[in-house]
Amino acid sequence: MASLKDLRNRIASVKATQKITKAMQMVAAAKLRRAQQAAEAARPYAERMETVLGNLAAGIVGNSQAPVLLAGTGKTQTHLLLVCTGERGLCGAFNSSIARMARDRAQLLLAEGKEVKILCVGRKGAEQLRRVYPDRILEVVDLRAVRTIGFKEAHEISSKVLKLLNAGAFDVCTLFYSNFKSVIQQVPTAQQIIPATFPERDSAEAGPVYEYEPTEEEILADLLPRNIAVQIFRALLENQASFYGSQMSAMDNATRNAGDMIKKQTLTYNRTRQAMITKELIEIISGAEAL
Amino acid sequence: MARLSFELVSPERLVFSGAVTEVIVPGAEGEFGVLAGHAPFIGTLKPGILTIKAEGAPKRYFVRGGFAEVNTGGLTILAEEAKAVEEIEPAALRQQIADAKEDVADAQGDDALQRAERHLADLEQVAEALERGFAAPAGH
Repeated sequence: MASLKDLRNRIASVKATQKITKAMQMVAAAKLRRAQQAAEAARPYAERMETVLGNLAAGIVGNSQAPVLLAGTGKTQTHLLLVCTGERGLCGAFNSSIARMARDRAQLLLAEGKEVKILCVGRKGAEQLRRVYPDRILEVVDLRAVRTIGFKEAHEISSKVLKLLNAGAFDVCTLFYSNFKSVIQQVPTAQQIIPATFPERDSAEAGPVYEYEPTEEEILADLLPRNIAVQIFRALLENQASFYGSQMSAMDNATRNAGDMIKKQTLTYNRTRQAMITKELIEIISGAEAL
Repeated sequence: MARLSFELVSPERLVFSGAVTEVIVPGAEGEFGVLAGHAPFIGTLKPGILTIKAEGAPKRYFVRGGFAEVNTGGLTILAEEAKAVEEIEPAALRQQIADAKEDVADAQGDDALQRAERHLADLEQVAEALERGFAAPAGH
């Protein structure tokens, strides 16, 4: 049986933990708001980019001169998985759900006899994938030192990817990240970025006829590499928002669990104290009666 | 005078949005002005200074990389970098110029070399224009 002092220590330690998780929850909530704003601010750019590229691409599909980023290399043998996760833990299933999705995809591709290479953004995903596919990870991009994710980071990652593509290191590139739906819902998503895919549109509602300067092909050649960076940037921002959302709910749970534990421990503490008092009283009374 | 609705968007945020009378855009094949009622048009940008004319003094922004789209709704510019001229840090611009110089040195093949050199020239032009303080904006 634990002594009163042990019980008191135990309660104090749970209380300290609760304070930490509560603080983390509040910090996550504040950061979430900023991350959400950033993600929303970036949406118009990505959407416009998609519309314009979709317009351009529709006119050029089937053309044998189509750029590699749009038409692909003509093979689907080697796949590059670009896995974006967080840099920190304590955020529920956020990191593992993205890593699991990437792992499942890798397994599927390997079973089909394809080659798989992995590029990790974020330490946590890399740690999980390294256990399963230690030889397939090409590189891990660490964003721990980055306070707020800017377009620069996305651009650096995209130039890495493009360099690999030009070196013929892969044929298809898929981006893994977590799409931010709401604070309690984050959906791990796989998006193929090379060759580029665009949402299907009705040809009936075609936009106005544009003039192009320079030519359509040149604009496309200029925009497609930029589009990769934009898609990666969007994924990073969505990820950031998802990370804080899932950290917030994880820390909320932890705070509540700590509260439950404190309640239970306090009950045991009070019971033990009462039992001791009763025992001492009995001893005193029986001692007095014996006289 | 007819008004043109204009949006300047960078990946990070919406930089400018509103009704203006004219926008002068640094296009890849030369500067062009856009007024209300312009024909639908898509063109790429070169690094340069974008001028917005509305009431009062014209506003100037440094833009780099991206494209301009004119449709019936107005003009939208998507630029990888878009900053008010007053906010530009000379050090950052110098860094970009240094990077561009490296690109020129590393460039392989005529095509890439040409592109890198053009990029460098555009940046240097911007730096020069900034130093002059727009006493005589290029080409006007």
